[in-house]
Amino acid sequence: MRDVAIVGVGLTKFGELWNQGIRDMFAEAALAAMADAGVDKIDSMYVGAMSSGLYSYQEHTASVMADYIGQRGVASARVEAACSSGSQAARTGFFEVASGAADVVLVGGVEKMWDVDDGTFVLATASDQEYEAYAGVTFPGLYAMMAQVYMQKYGLTREELAQVPIKNHRHAVHNPYAQYPFELDMKTYLTAAPVADPFRLMDCSPITDGAAAIIMVPLDQAHKYTDKPVKIKGIGSATGPIALHDHKDLTRLDAVRLSAEKAYKMAGVGPDDIQFAEVHDCFSIAEIIVAEELGFFPYGTAGKAIAAGQATYGGKLVINPSGGLKAKGHPVGATGVAQLIEATLQLQGKAGKRQVENAKIGLTQNMGGSGGTSVVHILEAV
Amino acid sequence: MVGIVGYGSYVPRYRIKISTIADQWGDNAATIEKGLMLQEKTVPGRDEDTITIAVEAAKNAVKRAGINPQDIGAVYIGSESHPYAVKPSGTVLIDALGIGPHVHVADFEFACKAGSEAMFVAYSHVKSGNMPYAMGIGADTSQGAPGDALEYSASAGGSAYIFGSENVIAEVIDTHSFTSDTADFWRREYQMYPRHGGRFTGEPAYFKHVLNATGIILEKSGMKASDFAHAVFHMPNGRFPLKAGKTFGFTDEQMKQGWIVNLMGNTYSGSSITGFSAIMDILKPGERALLISFGSGAGSDAFVFEATENITAVQNKAPKIREMLESNRTYLTYGQYVAYRRKIQFND
Repeated sequence: MRDVAIVGVGLTKFGELWNQGIRDMFAEAALAAMADAGVDKIDSMYVGAMSSGLYSYQEHTASVMADYIGQRGVASARVEAACSSGSQAARTGFFEVASGAADVVLVGGVEKMWDVDDGTFVLATASDQEYEAYAGVTFPGLYAMMAQVYMQKYGLTREELAQVPIKNHRHAVHNPYAQYPFELDMKTYLTAAPVADPFRLMDCSPITDGAAAIIMVPLDQAHKYTDKPVKIKGIGSATGPIALHDHKDLTRLDAVRLSAEKAYKMAGVGPDDIQFAEVHDCFSIAEIIVAEELGFFPYGTAGKAIAAGQATYGGKLVINPSGGLKAKGHPVGATGVAQLIEATLQLQGKAGKRQVENAKIGLTQNMGGSGGTSVVHILEAV
Repeated sequence: MVGIVGYGSYVPRYRIKISTIADQWGDNAATIEKGLMLQEKTVPGRDEDTITIAVEAAKNAVKRAGINPQDIGAVYIGSESHPYAVKPSGTVLIDALGIGPHVHVADFEFACKAGSEAMFVAYSHVKSGNMPYAMGIGADTSQGAPGDALEYSASAGGSAYIFGSENVIAEVIDTHSFTSDTADFWRREYQMYPRHGGRFTGEPAYFKHVLNATGIILEKSGMKASDFAHAVFHMPNGRFPLKAGKTFGFTDEQMKQGWIVNLMGNTYSGSSITGFSAIMDILKPGERALLISFGSGAGSDAFVFEATENITAVQNKAPKIREMLESNRTYLTYGQYVAYRRKIQFND
């Protein structure tokens, strides 16, 4: 297999993009990524989109996007893995370049979520439809149950849980693409509208429109496109139980651990080598459990470690320097690609005021459902 | 000179507190009150509807104008809660006030801006010389589904404006309308309550139209915020109008007189024009006032008015709106409220 590098990135602003449909957003991000890499022709492309059908009544998304970005003729396929669609698309693009089948591959992710009445229903289709969604439970409820068990088992308080979104909002202040680039205080957190006990509004990632795209090429050709290529050093993807009731332990996410083990093995690094991580904080509790499964903190301690400042600048590592899903926004199909973009910018030293000092190696973790899929990428500055 | 010769308003005496509604649904009252900047809203009595409210407001307008109702050549009522789907509200009103039968009558509908629309057309009639006087009214018993965010604001009330060319109390200096097909809020036939696009009602709907209408009328008239003593913007909640006004440099001081939404709620077609009525109650000769309405669907009407020396003499001829809002209040429980609003089913 050839080594693969990211040589171009493009993002739309995340938020309520009332004047843009999925193709407009995708084209904006894709053309920005192509301009960043200095290419006007690609060999192949992958589109991560969770539910363009239910959200925008548009299927056959991969062809629409190829056509609309002026690349009619190329191979284009959509990859769907719920909220991990974007990073699953990136993994697919990685293997096409690594195998030698293509030299310039565009991987984009997109989701248009503000145009429908009931986005929570659409998202719930990523759970176990027969056992969970039909019974009336949606993702806030599923993750709330995980939070309940975790808080009971490990004595995590709401004030400690609060530190996850408070930290991520503080990081997002310096992210010009973030949906909510403002600080969150404890009082606002504690008095926000109840969603699913123990979650209130500020425990939950928002509904977001947005798109993200990257250009991948073989590492040995990367310097043709950029002075600062970022190598994809490791990839791991794994599945876990689709239904929450099949988790052996509600405070664990097996797919995250398995995907991380694969990625660490391929990259030849361990958790202690990771300087920063973009992780899937779809709900506050998720960042805590994910940080444990990735090996950053022992089980039962990540909540307290985050509250103690161990996951921000000056701590053990920086988790979600972009602001994470909570504050940067979570256009589901785009999220995995946007995480890779944040990691790329950090490793290129282009992250502005949110730059992690001397960043050489970073990790991204993107999740589908309540742990049904997890995809981990490990990236390195070269 | 063409402008307003008489104006009048009416709100029912019944009120429900925002905290009462919040308690009903398990919402945090303090969060809602702070978020929407509302305290209470008006509720129509069991024998009140858009027609009775329009009649009360129009009577006050005729009192202030001091004219013979027979000289009014047109009456337009804007509302989204006309009691009949087919049968005009305006015909009841003209009979009640002794206007006509030689009068042009029509009911208007354009979500929350039907009232300013009625004013716009009434003004145009007089300006064109079609008739000596024309009346534009906005009145509503607004609907909001139980449990919906709209329930906190949808209220009842209205205002009436008579336009003429003699004894004008506030001259129309300029007008502008800004309209586009933007479906942010609607109610189809046979539906009891309106539906809305949630946050879509904000930036792409309310703010797009209100800010455009305001910006354009300021540019057309060559005026800026500091040229006005008062300004009022449509009030779907407390926050939106203040945010819109501040965009153009209007201060809290300039907006506070017309900002009656915290006590009245959103009277839909009667919202901005009743806020404007509060401004008319205190406007001094030579002072200017800006009125910006908004109706979902969507559009904004903009008016620049300048008071004449005649205004002072008519202000006390009929009840003032802030007095109506701040006195004689009867507070309802949620149970009384749903009964008054006929949100529960009765045997006929």
